[in-house]
Amino acid sequence: MRPQQAAASAIELRGISKAFGPVQANKDISINVAKGSVHGIIGENGAGKSTLMSILYGFYKADAGEIFINGQKTVITDSQAAIAAGIGMVFQHFKLVENFTVLENVILGVENGPMLRDSLDNAREALKHLAEEYELDVDPDAVVQDLSVGHQQRVEILKALYRRADILILDEPTGVLTPAEADHLFRILRNLKEEGKTIILITHKLREIMNVTDTVSVMRRGEMLDTVTTAETSPEDLAERMVGRKVLLRVDKKPAKPGDVVLNVENLKVVDTFGVERVKGISLNVRAGEILGVAGVAGNGQSELLEVLGGFHKATGKITVNGQEIDLTGKFSDGQSRRARGIAHVPEDRQAEGLIMEFTAWENMVFGYHHAAEYQSGLLMNNAGIKTIAAEKMERFDVRPRNPMLAAKNFSGGNQQKIVLAREMERDPDLLLVGQPTRGVDIGAIEFIHQQIIALRDQGKAILLVSVELDEIMSLSDRIAVMFDGQIMGERLPEETNEQDLGLLMAGITERKGANHG
Amino acid sequence: MDKMPRWADVILVPIINIFLAFIVAGLVVLAIGYNPFDMVYWMIKGSLGSSTGIGYTLYYATNFIFTGLAFSVAMHAKMFNIGGEGQAAIGGLGAALVLLAVPWPHWTLALPFAILGAGVFGAAWAAVPAYLQAKRGSHIVITTIMFNFIGASLLVFLLNGVLKKPGQQAAETATFFEGAQLPTFHDMLAPFGIAFSKNAPANVTFLVALLAAVLVWLLIWRTRLGYQIRAFGHSESATAYAGISSIRITMMAMLISGGLAGLMAINVVMGEAERMVLGFVEGAGFMGIAVALMGRNHPFGIVLASLLFGMLNQGGFELLWEMPGMSREMVIVIQALIIIFTGALVNMTRDPLERLFIRMNTRAT
Repeated sequence: MRPQQAAASAIELRGISKAFGPVQANKDISINVAKGSVHGIIGENGAGKSTLMSILYGFYKADAGEIFINGQKTVITDSQAAIAAGIGMVFQHFKLVENFTVLENVILGVENGPMLRDSLDNAREALKHLAEEYELDVDPDAVVQDLSVGHQQRVEILKALYRRADILILDEPTGVLTPAEADHLFRILRNLKEEGKTIILITHKLREIMNVTDTVSVMRRGEMLDTVTTAETSPEDLAERMVGRKVLLRVDKKPAKPGDVVLNVENLKVVDTFGVERVKGISLNVRAGEILGVAGVAGNGQSELLEVLGGFHKATGKITVNGQEIDLTGKFSDGQSRRARGIAHVPEDRQAEGLIMEFTAWENMVFGYHHAAEYQSGLLMNNAGIKTIAAEKMERFDVRPRNPMLAAKNFSGGNQQKIVLAREMERDPDLLLVGQPTRGVDIGAIEFIHQQIIALRDQGKAILLVSVELDEIMSLSDRIAVMFDGQIMGERLPEETNEQDLGLLMAGITERKGANHG
Repeated sequence: MDKMPRWADVILVPIINIFLAFIVAGLVVLAIGYNPFDMVYWMIKGSLGSSTGIGYTLYYATNFIFTGLAFSVAMHAKMFNIGGEGQAAIGGLGAALVLLAVPWPHWTLALPFAILGAGVFGAAWAAVPAYLQAKRGSHIVITTIMFNFIGASLLVFLLNGVLKKPGQQAAETATFFEGAQLPTFHDMLAPFGIAFSKNAPANVTFLVALLAAVLVWLLIWRTRLGYQIRAFGHSESATAYAGISSIRITMMAMLISGGLAGLMAINVVMGEAERMVLGFVEGAGFMGIAVALMGRNHPFGIVLASLLFGMLNQGGFELLWEMPGMSREMVIVIQALIIIFTGALVNMTRDPLERLFIRMNTRAT
């Protein structure tokens, strides 16, 4: 609606290139971001988004190319120079001192004198203004570790604004937020835009791009493909540009035909190594031929639930699989015993848990099942046989490149996940545990992974899905349970709920009738 | 996918490093007024120039193969077993007890039992640090170092007490029964008409060491236990997910490691001295760390590195003899330079070489 001020550009990049050894992370990239606009950058993992932003923030030095800030050619040697040029960055993983107060974090590095009192008073005043102007309210005296993730993110934004940033870069800002918190963040961004700030939003969530950006750039394999006006594009169009082919964004599935209860959890309690109760007596069940989706913001006990079911965390309570109780504390509470009971597990963190990154694909293809009789030959392991089996599974799950001799670390995120899925699904389990199946996975592979999960359900297997991606939960699940603070806040059917409803549950609010405001 | 061909990584890098080490050592030798080429000449002649020299080189190499393999097995499980020295010493105690206890009629009978004794005692000496690591999280580096001291002190106590041969001053046991004498290379090669020096200590244990290298290779890359050890070494969180017991793997890897270190004593105690002498390990336990580093924890590499270090050891002694004024310390300096260049400074040459290969590859394509 508003006419673009064509002349004033906040950031202009010309011909930026950066190579890491043989990998060309950025190839001759040029973009122009108008002052006072919200500009999105999307692309699959490894498309070069983060590298580009790291160059802009002075972490890497570009091999070639020029940066213009507000029309001035600027050389950004380090983050200090970036801050001086008016660039502020909000990282995906916050860079806050956890045991400092908000004020102390805000002044860190920009204290004006050896005594802190002055700086703190200044900052307190400045924060008050910022809070009023942009809905950025945070208690300045709260200790950061006591704040919610959403509030910690606000502290990061405040830090940037306190350093007089005119250009704000946010890297995957909503990954850890509830939908309500994300909405609030977008309101803040719109307010900042009204005040003439320029915002660059890096994300892989197409919905957010459509929601808040004015223009959007698509990156693929280190190259900047297009920059388009958001109003003139669609999620399908963007996805196709990102991947380079048509992508099905919705999941096609038939209604579930639930059978007998496979997994039954009663009053499960989990205490972590610090003695904190992470799961506070939850009960749930999963039937054959259905997918139970567990939604929730990361860190509300879902990981512990998966770890207990997968056999690498102790717990109290009662869990039965096909009617038989499983051991939660003793000798048989390990991964081997769980697999023997027909439980397969695609863990949340495939790089730290699901795979040995230095192992080859074929070695990873039997990881956890290396005791199985068909993988042995006498005293030795049947390496030749395993290689053949691995090659077949890679074929069926379309793992690329199709080379079983390649180390897991040399596959892309999506293909690593396919290796784990192939290993776990092909063992014909009764119950499949899936944690964050598409985290860090490119769009093209997401489609395939979702289809595989649905196919397994249609074979009559029980599936417990844990994901922080609400879209994924909504499109895959036959039933949805929402976890907050170690408890299940409620169960919903996907067709009878919506994002606001689930968002409230994820924030721990159960009286949905009362809280149902606009 | 790999940045550098494997042969370059495994063969070229160590060769360049050894070459660099010799240049620096040569400069040091030059600085104290000797001809560096003389140094190289005498070291090579001393270690390979005669069957006596070769016999000593192989004898030392045998020790290093065992201790190098020992270190590598623990290292595959990401444990830095610095206790090879103590495990070898206690392994010697095990071998000595077996050999003193029974009047063995023939070495073929004695050897398996001596191996068992040395292996079990070496493993037992590794078991306590391993248990403390597995169950209590006490760091294996600290505990194994401590156990080196405890082991050394224990042998001082025993060899000056109950084990000492009555009526003599030296801290050593009585000589073993003649039946337990292992055949030397001289004995083994004589039937084939090959004359090998009678004075060289190299003996049949060298073949045992080669067999051990093959078995370690099978263990690490072909068995389920080896698979689990490697997995544990790469990622503890992943092994927890897979249901591999960290306690079991820690124990198994350390027991095998300690057992292999203990076997080193067979070569010295049974094969050479035919009695146990105080301090017989002579740093071979620590040398195993350098050997394993240079051999990249691969048995084949360890055998090659052991041969090289055997040459250095024997050549170094020869240097003392042939170049008057060359001190024992100077020889150690030269050996240390080689260890530093081949072990600690590997990346110094690997990284530039890798870049070179990448440049060549990108130009080729």
